[in-house]
Amino acid sequence: MPYHYLEEIGTADIAFEATGRDLPELFSDASDATMNVMIDNLDAIEPRETRHIELSNNEIDMLLFDFLQELIYFKDAERLLLRVRAVQIEQRNEKYFLKAEAAGEPLDEARHQQRADVKAVTLHDFSVEKKNSGWKARVLLDI
Amino acid sequence: MTMVDNLQKISNTIWELPATYKEGMRVPARIIATEKLVREMDEAVYQQISNVATLPGITRYALCMPDGHSGYGFPIGGVAAMDVHEGGVISPGGIGFDINCGMRLMTTNLTLDDVKPRLKEIVDLLFQCVPAGVGSHGFLKLSRSDFRDLVEQGARWCIEHDFGWNEDLELIEENGCIAGADAAKISERAVERGYNQVGTLGGGNHYLEVQVARPEDVRDKELAAKFGITIPNQIVVMFHCGSRGFGHQVATDYLQTFLKVMEPKYGIKILDRELACAPLDSPEGRDYFAAMKCGLNMSFANRQVILHRIREVFSQVFGRSAEELEMRMVYDVSHNTAKLERHVVDGKDKKLLVHRKGATRAFGPGHEEVAARYREIGQPVIIGGSMETGSYLLVGTASGAETFFSTAHGSGRTMSRTKARKQWHGKQLQRDLEARGIYVRSTSWAGLAEEAGPAYKDIDEVIAATEQAEISKPVARFTPIGNVKG
Repeated sequence: MPYHYLEEIGTADIAFEATGRDLPELFSDASDATMNVMIDNLDAIEPRETRHIELSNNEIDMLLFDFLQELIYFKDAERLLLRVRAVQIEQRNEKYFLKAEAAGEPLDEARHQQRADVKAVTLHDFSVEKKNSGWKARVLLDI
Repeated sequence: MTMVDNLQKISNTIWELPATYKEGMRVPARIIATEKLVREMDEAVYQQISNVATLPGITRYALCMPDGHSGYGFPIGGVAAMDVHEGGVISPGGIGFDINCGMRLMTTNLTLDDVKPRLKEIVDLLFQCVPAGVGSHGFLKLSRSDFRDLVEQGARWCIEHDFGWNEDLELIEENGCIAGADAAKISERAVERGYNQVGTLGGGNHYLEVQVARPEDVRDKELAAKFGITIPNQIVVMFHCGSRGFGHQVATDYLQTFLKVMEPKYGIKILDRELACAPLDSPEGRDYFAAMKCGLNMSFANRQVILHRIREVFSQVFGRSAEELEMRMVYDVSHNTAKLERHVVDGKDKKLLVHRKGATRAFGPGHEEVAARYREIGQPVIIGGSMETGSYLLVGTASGAETFFSTAHGSGRTMSRTKARKQWHGKQLQRDLEARGIYVRSTSWAGLAEEAGPAYKDIDEVIAATEQAEISKPVARFTPIGNVKG
């Protein structure tokens, strides 16, 4: 399972753990975990519009923080639900650079089963860690 | 040893974690609750409230209200008063991402008998006219520049644009327009997230409810009458929402700003990055305060437009004007906020920045900041319960100084959303509630399940705790009959 929700962490909020063999997979899984808090049937999100995301940060965890915020931004500004298609992450001069392509469509109440609106990514116990088998992130979303 | 054994019982409703509990605590942490509620609190509350006690400028105690539960940075129910002259900080984690999330209550002259036959029609129309759900956009079409005016002017902007009555403004803190809100301190991104969301509920635990004040639930008839509750089985409308994506972005923006300057520039070390902060008396602190005030105003405006829509809906259903239906606002409370207030501490008058995150201000009778109409009796306090149980109207007390005149804000969750959705199913819950006389409309079946009554503490126990602690006094309890859930 690329991500799972944590029952015992957070009460009003929703916590998840995501894993990936590498950083692009981790970022992609964490973005689906975030979108899945808002929409139950992710498969119903059709790739009708594309958005390109470019970010950089000195810290890998803050890069993920910024990346997840992008999805939340599009959800409010354009009511656009996005799924990440391709992620590239490079490290140069002790800084991380991300390029991603995300595709999706505006929320359609008839087709998209809503769950909870995500207000923000919190930094409470927020972590991105390298494990033997890949990468793991822990995220608490404010609902 | 369980965590609760670390607490010193100061009285039946005050439980203290001494300043020696954790390195860096500047003051003790105090939980205001009955023993039953303290024992039910998750351990994260103790960790989070003791972290708050380490923040610069914190005065007397880091406090947690009876409905407290695990949050991020501060626990939900957290109260901390920072002495501005002692390097006191401002922290987005002490206010919440949803700046000025709060409650509004309005009365009507209708009774349960009037509303019951039209209940579905009313709730269906409310569901249509007050958009809810993930990223919901409102019917109010504003330009970005109009929105910047709105966040500086708050509910006053709405009245000037015919969304409400003049008297509504008298029933909101600072007449619905917080002075010092500066749109130059907000990002374009915050504007983009918010300018099309005015008049929307959002999701999660936000709701709009049609409720009834049963005669046996009116605890103090005299006070209730002063708040406009005078008829047996009178219908009232209560709703809960905040500053939507705009406020969330303002908080996110400044959380990042503070993380960058906190330690290198101000030498502040924190135990949880969600407690990122800066001295209020610093360029970053002042900027956030001015931006956060825009969030306060956005939320007042959001609730004002919703109030107006509710009046339109009732007016349409009953074929009478909102004035004829006496749809008067009782009050608007904010439970995610930070305000500069004067408090007496150890006999000295101090200017404190009081953070309330999931806590409601509750000034007692005679306080100059209470709306003129209620000044003699004290500030109204609106506490929302789960959609299954009930909600309360209370009043602030003169004896609330111990909590900087703060009380609970809701019934407080006891179960995670993830766990709750495994135990209940939204469609079944809706049918069960309907059989019990509560008609619910929601944008989300899963979201509905997550809001099931048993996922919350016992609201009556929470209210009793605030009464025993003498931080607020119940006036009336309301029973839900119709609910629009985000």
